[in-house]
Amino acid sequence: MSTTATAPNDTHIESPLAHLSEEQLDELGREFDAIKDRVMGELGDRDRRYIESMIEMQRRLAVLGRVLLLASRNRGAWWAGTSALSAAKILENMEIGHNVMHGQWDWMNDPRIHSSTWDWDTASTAEAWKHSHNFVHHTYTNIRGKDKDLGYEIMRIDPAQKWHPVYLAQPVYNLILAALFEWGVALHDMDFDAIRKGKKPMHQVKRDLKGIAGKAKAQIVKDYIAWPLVSALAATAVDAVVETRRARKQPRGILGRVKRKRQSRLAPVVEAVLDSGSKTFRATAKADATANIVRNVWSYAIIFCGHFPDQTYTFSQKEVENESRGGWYIRQLTGSANIEGSAMFHVASGNLSYQVEHHLFPDMPSTRYAEIAPQVKDICERYGLPYNTGPFSQQLGMVQRTILRLAFPGGEPRPKPGPYRGESNGNGASA
Amino acid sequence: MAERGATPNVPKVRQRALHAVRSLFSPLLPDDYLELINPLWSTQELRGRIERIERETPDAVTVLIKPGYDWGWHQPGQYLRIGVVVDGVHHWRAYSLTTDPGRPDGLIGITPKLVDAGKVSPYFVHQARPGDIVRLGGVEGTFVLPDPAPEKLLFISAGSGITPIMSMLRSLDRDEALRDVVHVHSARTPEGVIFGEQLRDLDSRCSGYQPHLRITGEAGRVAPAHLDEICPDWRDRQAFVSGPGEMLDALVEHWREEGDPELLEMERFQPVIGSSAAAGEGGKVRFLSSGVETECGGGTPILVAGEEAGAELPFGCRMGICHTCIGRLCEGEVRDLRTGEVHGSEGEMVRTCVNAPEGDVAIAL
Repeated sequence: MSTTATAPNDTHIESPLAHLSEEQLDELGREFDAIKDRVMGELGDRDRRYIESMIEMQRRLAVLGRVLLLASRNRGAWWAGTSALSAAKILENMEIGHNVMHGQWDWMNDPRIHSSTWDWDTASTAEAWKHSHNFVHHTYTNIRGKDKDLGYEIMRIDPAQKWHPVYLAQPVYNLILAALFEWGVALHDMDFDAIRKGKKPMHQVKRDLKGIAGKAKAQIVKDYIAWPLVSALAATAVDAVVETRRARKQPRGILGRVKRKRQSRLAPVVEAVLDSGSKTFRATAKADATANIVRNVWSYAIIFCGHFPDQTYTFSQKEVENESRGGWYIRQLTGSANIEGSAMFHVASGNLSYQVEHHLFPDMPSTRYAEIAPQVKDICERYGLPYNTGPFSQQLGMVQRTILRLAFPGGEPRPKPGPYRGESNGNGASA
Repeated sequence: MAERGATPNVPKVRQRALHAVRSLFSPLLPDDYLELINPLWSTQELRGRIERIERETPDAVTVLIKPGYDWGWHQPGQYLRIGVVVDGVHHWRAYSLTTDPGRPDGLIGITPKLVDAGKVSPYFVHQARPGDIVRLGGVEGTFVLPDPAPEKLLFISAGSGITPIMSMLRSLDRDEALRDVVHVHSARTPEGVIFGEQLRDLDSRCSGYQPHLRITGEAGRVAPAHLDEICPDWRDRQAFVSGPGEMLDALVEHWREEGDPELLEMERFQPVIGSSAAAGEGGKVRFLSSGVETECGGGTPILVAGEEAGAELPFGCRMGICHTCIGRLCEGEVRDLRTGEVHGSEGEMVRTCVNAPEGDVAIAL
């Protein structure tokens, strides 16, 4: 076992586990295991009620948004509907989809809320995402060259990555990626590196592409055709009733002329109705697009704050050779960073604001992360390890600074926060 | 994947309508939203609502359930797989249906008896309330009355073994076919007789029904030899027997020696699991996905040993019915705890809930 050996680190940052003996690492591994065993043994009705009510709230929000958008040509309804729909999409992807597909709720043995059956409203197929995320990213977290989420193969996010002129454009495509994040993730799941190296058989590439095409079709039909059409029909129906009534209310003249008159009034009515229908169609499509983009930007921001802020460590493949269980825990701990925020912020982030706890225990129900955070901090304090966290603006700011800086050649690793020293002394926040 | 309920009999029109609008809800289904209004409306799996709970004995209740859709039909004597949530976890069990199929109110009933160390029976006996939603799985079982019903019948039951027989009696009663039925039933105490009142009522109404109730706590068990006394023509009757394994074993023996085994039908209402620990070898089980390794006794299902060792394993009925728990056998052989048969070839899918290792095994779970 060479877990304690600090392989010369080419980033000149001392390995976070350099000061621990093999025995200490084993003891730390046992302590983390014990936290997990205790929580998993306690899971029960309280946890089930949480995820069920979260799913119910998400569906109610989606219905509310869709119903409000039936009147999308009204500015107030448009804003309210778009907000409700955005919130529904964020919840669906983050607190529900991501976590269910991690298997966090498999212990309930519920056929509907299960990692093997869940599908989500995003461009990645459940199957491809579970492989690239649950397996590749969560196993090889922050190992340079192995964790494909480290810069997503298109960004230079770590100074140890070799510079290439294409990175000069990364500040620009960073913004595009934020807006179209779900599509970026879907393509990323395909593992272009493996395709380039011929490691991925063509039939599998085809299957992946077919999967993404299926997800794309479902989203386009739902958000840009079906719901806009439903709202357009609703608007035309309402207008047809209103306009016909108005036409009837006008003075009718002599009885015999009524019929002729009515016919002549019909044309403008039809025109007005069709016009409002097409306006509503466009307004709803725009609302749906906005909701998708809001969801994309939000998940981009949360996810980029998970591993790319200054405090996080990356590892060379040599450093993790013969890694012990304790070493694995420390890599997860120091390779991730939390975001501080309110209870609502944590729910909206899918509790990925507890990225540290999530990476230590990826299949523990997300509701429990806040509860175990003090125990994780306690271990950090006793073993002289960092506990990375900071406010959202600071974390996101650091990530953006890195993306800008590393677009250019060179760059040094940012200084690390050092061991966690309890709440009072502050830690991590000021790198 | 976790076990789910049966596919309900949804009217065609409704199916088509839901299918037509499904792209508005992708990747979910219209069902997922309709369920928010009424969980019984799911067209994905059959659910039921508990309507009434009737106490039969201090530790047994009849749970009457309204199925979400038309109850297809069951044959008297069959059992139902039923899923309930206990402490956040979905559990599935099989219970004999104790109601007969022709009820005008469309309710179906099961009559669980408390098993102290159990998970599901304590829920039904102590916790369940009218309004609770349950999942309804398939109806199964070959312990059923032939159609038309035989002229002369003999029922022998003990304890909660009476449950499938009650459904048969009710059905015969409804069809006015209780012409010549002898029923030998045993219970440990007088107050522990499930359906005691209903049996007395049948006795008073139908001359063709002849019950023989035996309180074993006072009078001792019924031995097969007693049959000549209680029911001298037992050899000529179509017999249905349901109860504990020992009783069934003794009766099978008796029919083989003195009667016509063709005329004997039986329901082992508890699968014979864990009763013959000495017979199996046991061994080490390796679960390949989780990396968990554990010793498993010859009478312990692989599933139970795995769970005790902390492996997260799929499970369903825990009695070899639903195939939720299957895993690919990669090494070794297993023993079927119900039959004692040793089997297993590489790549075979085995049910971990009714198989114990026979020597060391590796399973892809």
